[in-house]
Amino acid sequence: MALLWWIISVSYTLGTGLGVWGLNKTVGWAWDITNFVWWVGIGHAGTLISAILLLFRQKWRLSINRSAEAMTIFAVICAASFIVSHMGRPWVAYWPLPLPNQFGSLWVNFNSPLVWDVFAISTYFSVSLVFWYTGLIPDFAVVRDRAKSKSAKFWYTILSFGWTGTAKNWQRFEEVSLVLAGLSTPLVLSVHSVVSMDFATSLVPGWHTTIFPPYFVAGAIFSGFAMVQTLLIITRKVLNLENYITIYHIDMMNRIILITGSIVGVAYITEFFIAWYSGVEYEQYAFINRATGPYWWAYWSMMTCNVITPQLFWSAKLRTSLFATFFISIFVNIGMWFERFVIIVTSLHRDYVPSSWTMYSPTWVEVGIFIGSLGLFFVPFLLFTRFFPVIAMSELKTIVKTSSSQAKKKGAHHHEH
Amino acid sequence: MSTKIAYGIFDDDDVVLHAIPKLQEKKFKVVDVISPFPIHGLDHALGLKRTRISMTAFMYGITGTSLALLMMWYMNIWDWPMDIGGKPSFALYKNLPAFIPVTFESTVLCAAHGMVITFYLRSKLLPGVEPVIIDARATDDRFVMAIEVKTDADKDAAHAAMKALGAMYVK
Repeated sequence: MALLWWIISVSYTLGTGLGVWGLNKTVGWAWDITNFVWWVGIGHAGTLISAILLLFRQKWRLSINRSAEAMTIFAVICAASFIVSHMGRPWVAYWPLPLPNQFGSLWVNFNSPLVWDVFAISTYFSVSLVFWYTGLIPDFAVVRDRAKSKSAKFWYTILSFGWTGTAKNWQRFEEVSLVLAGLSTPLVLSVHSVVSMDFATSLVPGWHTTIFPPYFVAGAIFSGFAMVQTLLIITRKVLNLENYITIYHIDMMNRIILITGSIVGVAYITEFFIAWYSGVEYEQYAFINRATGPYWWAYWSMMTCNVITPQLFWSAKLRTSLFATFFISIFVNIGMWFERFVIIVTSLHRDYVPSSWTMYSPTWVEVGIFIGSLGLFFVPFLLFTRFFPVIAMSELKTIVKTSSSQAKKKGAHHHEH
Repeated sequence: MSTKIAYGIFDDDDVVLHAIPKLQEKKFKVVDVISPFPIHGLDHALGLKRTRISMTAFMYGITGTSLALLMMWYMNIWDWPMDIGGKPSFALYKNLPAFIPVTFESTVLCAAHGMVITFYLRSKLLPGVEPVIIDARATDDRFVMAIEVKTDADKDAAHAAMKALGAMYVK
């Protein structure tokens, strides 16, 4: 349904033009870029879990990394769809690429953060995709060898690329995973830094701040983990994975939400302090206007959802409660959406010239594209949970034996007493 | 004379790992172990050389760095320098700070994809490759040891040796 609304809204936008959105001369970016940044941010948790936690040798990531990586890929697809649709003329979407063209020797400007973003997002998407797929190959082979029907055997043979698990292939596989994790770690940090530079390198009050890259990265991890929680609480229930994705995993992820949520809270306060401390009246006005201007409700929704709700996770009882986790994760998702909305719209709607001050409100088309992008996200995610190995089986097996023999030893020890 | 392979199927990775040096002592040539997950210490036991795949990643990465810098220098400095907002693009070293993001992304892009493509080709992993399956459970919970032999008599000896060291069955 949502996907259908997305198709209608996007077709209408592309057929008629961006005039069908609520944008105007003053507010040239609104829901489109809000949604783009929101989706890219959500994607970051997958890479963080699979790459950074691999480098830190955090074994608990193993039962959640596969679905989190899938989430990354579908989230980045949603993000990219907003970039393409906000161009209004997607048939010229190749213009930001450094190609020889019909305009003489006019090249793209590599000093522009928008061009950096093209490189960052496309690198991030394609590298995440091969990282995810390479990890899937041995698991596809497991499914292939267990498949009973002929068609399943046929498809999983193609998907598994002829993997058997020879010693040399495993040796290379492990090295490739490690190097990809090492490459993805700075990559994921660079992607949201570049996204934040789309704002930070401009002269718009409220955007022109040096705190943006780390603050955006923390926010991205924060919202990404919230989305992982929302998805996994449902997935483990539906697929009966309670023994693989345990309360321990939920607890660990909630701790990360608590930490990154606190970082984001400190960043909000720092922004306010620096605006006052800078002595620049435009900066000061932008922030006063955020908290008390016509969009005060968006600002305070953001503050409540992002700063106050995650603090509830100091309580171990709430951290280990599925019900509380689910609701708080939804709150964080809403809060992080509002964060981007606040940054973009409140900074733009009252600029240096009061005569061009205006208000922005979305049309049904923009709402449709946003709600529809949730469909664009959930449809492939559900197909993934249906047809792909959701748990990284081969990797998990490396620790199953040691933990079970430890458990046996513990049991034997217990009997002696 | 063509070489043959004697297979032994095991159900425990520790048994496999301990059997390898004992078989090597008896001059058996253990060429491979097919396992459902990577076994630590296996490459050492089999005498496999360290993989050079990370070296290729480094070289692809350096290539990516150079290509990105060359491209940006050609497009924005050499072919069509522009003066935007009083910030002219007249020399590579002056523009370098603004060129860092694209240089970095290009390095990662080339290193990651180059390495993965090399891995797929070197390991003969491509869609459509038919796997050679000795035991269908070798991707699940069994371990297949392969010993290279010259004659049928050697093959029988290898089978017997593997059975003595804990193989479930031989092939």
